[in-house]
Amino acid sequence: MSNIRNAFKNGKAVIPFITCGDPDLATTGTIIRAMADAGADLIELGIPFSDPTAEGPVVQSASIRALAGGVTTDKIFDFVRELRRDVTVPLIVMTYANVVFSYGIERFVSKCAEVGIDGVILPDVPMEEKDEFVPICRSHGVDFISQIAPTSANRIAEIAKDAEGFIYIASNAILGNQTDLDELTAEIRRYTDIPCAIECGDSNLDQTALAQAADGVILNSAIVEQIGRYGRDAAAPAGDFVQAMKRTMNK
Amino acid sequence: MTNPNGRFGIHGGQYIPETLMNAVIELEQAYNTYKNDPQFNAELTALFSDYANRPSRLYFAEKMTRDLGGAKIYLKREDLNHTGAHKVNNVLGQALLAKKMGKTRLIAETGAGQHGVATATAAALMNMECVVFMGEEDTKRQALNVYRMRLLGAEVVPVTSGTATLKDAVSEAMREWTNRIDDTHYCLGSVMGPHPFPTIVRDFQAVISKEIKQQILEKEGRLPDVVMACVGGGSNAIGTFYHFIPDASVRLIGCEAAGRGVDTFETAATINTGKLGIFHGMKSYFCQDEYGQIAPVYSISAGLDYPGIGPEHAHLHDIGRAEYVAVTDDEAVNAFEYLSRTEGIIPAIESAHAIAYAMKLAPQLEQDKIIVVTVSGRGDKDCAAIARYRGENIHE
Repeated sequence: MSNIRNAFKNGKAVIPFITCGDPDLATTGTIIRAMADAGADLIELGIPFSDPTAEGPVVQSASIRALAGGVTTDKIFDFVRELRRDVTVPLIVMTYANVVFSYGIERFVSKCAEVGIDGVILPDVPMEEKDEFVPICRSHGVDFISQIAPTSANRIAEIAKDAEGFIYIASNAILGNQTDLDELTAEIRRYTDIPCAIECGDSNLDQTALAQAADGVILNSAIVEQIGRYGRDAAAPAGDFVQAMKRTMNK
Repeated sequence: MTNPNGRFGIHGGQYIPETLMNAVIELEQAYNTYKNDPQFNAELTALFSDYANRPSRLYFAEKMTRDLGGAKIYLKREDLNHTGAHKVNNVLGQALLAKKMGKTRLIAETGAGQHGVATATAAALMNMECVVFMGEEDTKRQALNVYRMRLLGAEVVPVTSGTATLKDAVSEAMREWTNRIDDTHYCLGSVMGPHPFPTIVRDFQAVISKEIKQQILEKEGRLPDVVMACVGGGSNAIGTFYHFIPDASVRLIGCEAAGRGVDTFETAATINTGKLGIFHGMKSYFCQDEYGQIAPVYSISAGLDYPGIGPEHAHLHDIGRAEYVAVTDDEAVNAFEYLSRTEGIIPAIESAHAIAYAMKLAPQLEQDKIIVVTVSGRGDKDCAAIARYRGENIHE
C-alpha cells in the first residue's frame, strides 16, 4: 500500500494545497510544518505554472506571486529534500504537463522519488494522454493521481479502474449539490476501492458536507487565501484552519 | 493528415482538464456527423456565398509585381470577406455546428478582435448569446473592435490575468467553458487547442486554398510556386496551405511575428525561437523558459501575439514541408504602408507580415514564378496604432 493510501486511515482526510514559493520557500516550509503538526493527512504542493488554465483566480494569483519570487522546479526539489528531514506527512505535487515535460518526464519523476514525493497530479493530463506519464511514474513508485469531474459520466469506470493513490474529484468548476456528489462517489466506488477526495475550491462551501460524500477534502484555495492575507505570518492561521477542519469533518 | 487521436506527427492531442473531456468528445462526434452531411454543407456554402461574400478574389498585384521586379504576385483577398478577415470562415462553420448541437451560447477568445467580431456577428445572425474574452491590453490596442462586438450584441470581458493578451484570453475562455458546457460552445478562433479544434478550424479555413487552386488554374493554367500567409496560431496559413500540401512543387511559407527581432525577448516567433512543449490542450512548439514557463511574447500585431503555433504547422515544420520565417515589427509596418501606396489595399498588420516577406522573396525569383500571398484581413483597425508607431498623435 502506498504512502498516500495511508493518509486515509485516520478518519476523513484533510488535504491542504499550497503553492510552493508563495511568497517564498521559507514561508512555505513553516506553513507545511504547521499544517502537518495540526493533523493534515496529505499535503498537495503546487509547482507554479505561468498559465494555470484549470485554476480559479485565487490559485492563479498565488502562482504569479511564487514565480515573481523566483521559485523554480529545481529549487522546489531541493526544498522538499530538506523538508523530508523532519516532515513525514505524505506529499504530492500538483503542476501542469509542460512543467514536467520541459524538465524531462523521466528526470522529473525520478527526482520526485528521490526527494520523497509520493504522487503527481497533472490537471491537464486526462486519461487520453496519461500513457506518456503513467509508466514512468509506476517505474519510480510515484502514484499518478487521476481526476474525475462531475461531467465525467460514462468515463468514470475507465478512469477509476486504473486509478492509483486516491481519486481526485475536481468539483472546482461545477459545484454539484450533495445528492450529485453522493451519486458521483457511489458510482466511482463501483469500480475501485481506493479513496476519493473532493476538491473544495471555495472556502465558503460547507466542507463538512463535502466530506460526508467522500473520504477526504482537498482545500484547494483556503490555505492559499490565508497566505494572500497573512503573507509570511500565515503558518499559525493555516495550522489552526487545518486543525479545525480535521475536527469538524470527523465529528 | 490527422491521426484518430488528433495527432499531427507527435503534435496535437488533448491535454485538457477532465472537466472538458466530454465536451470535446461531444464536439468531435457532432463534427464527424455533420462534416459530410449534404444539408449542413449546403447551409454552410449558402452562408459563405450569400453572407460572407465568398469566393474571395484572387487579385494580380501588377504594380507591386512590376515594382519588385521578380515573381508575379497574386493576393488572396480574405480582407474582402464580410467582417473584414478570414476569421468569418471558421466562425460560420462552428456557429452552424453549435446550433445543430443545440447550443445557445457562443464564447470566444480574441487577440486583435477580428475573431471576436466574427463570432459576435455569427451569434447575432443565428440568434445566439455571445461572450468574448479579450486581454485588457488588447482591448486598449483595438478599442474600436471592442465597440463593434458590443454593437453586435456581444459581451466583451477584459482579461487582466497574466500578460493580459491573447494567451490569457484563451485561458479564460477555457475556464469559462469548464464552468458552463451544457448550453455553451467554445468557438476557438485558430488551428490550436485540443483535438478536434485544430482539425475543425482547418477544414473550415481550407476553403481559402481550395479557391486559390481553382482561381490560379483559371488565370495561369498552372499551380503557383509559392503560397504564403502570416502565422500566429496559424488558421489563415493552414487554410492557405491545405490543398497544396500534396503538391510538392508548391513552397509553403508561414510568416511569424518577430516583434523587435528573434534575438530579443520581445518576439512571438514560435518556430524560430520556441521549443517543444504542452500548453492550451496541445503538444506543439511554444515560447517558454528552461522550466517550461510560458514566455510573455510580444508583437505589434495583437493577432500574432501568441506564444504557440497550431500542431499541424509544427508537424509541417518537422517534416520540412513548410518553411516558417520571422518578420519584425518594422518590416511589417513598412509593408503595411507599401501595399497601401502601391496597390491601394490597406492590409491588417497581421497580413502585412506576409506582404513583407513577399517583398523580400519576389525580387529573388525569376519573373515566370508565381507567388500567392493571403491578405488575411483589412487594416482599418490598425490605422491609429500604426500612425502612433510613426510618431503621429492619432487616437480613435
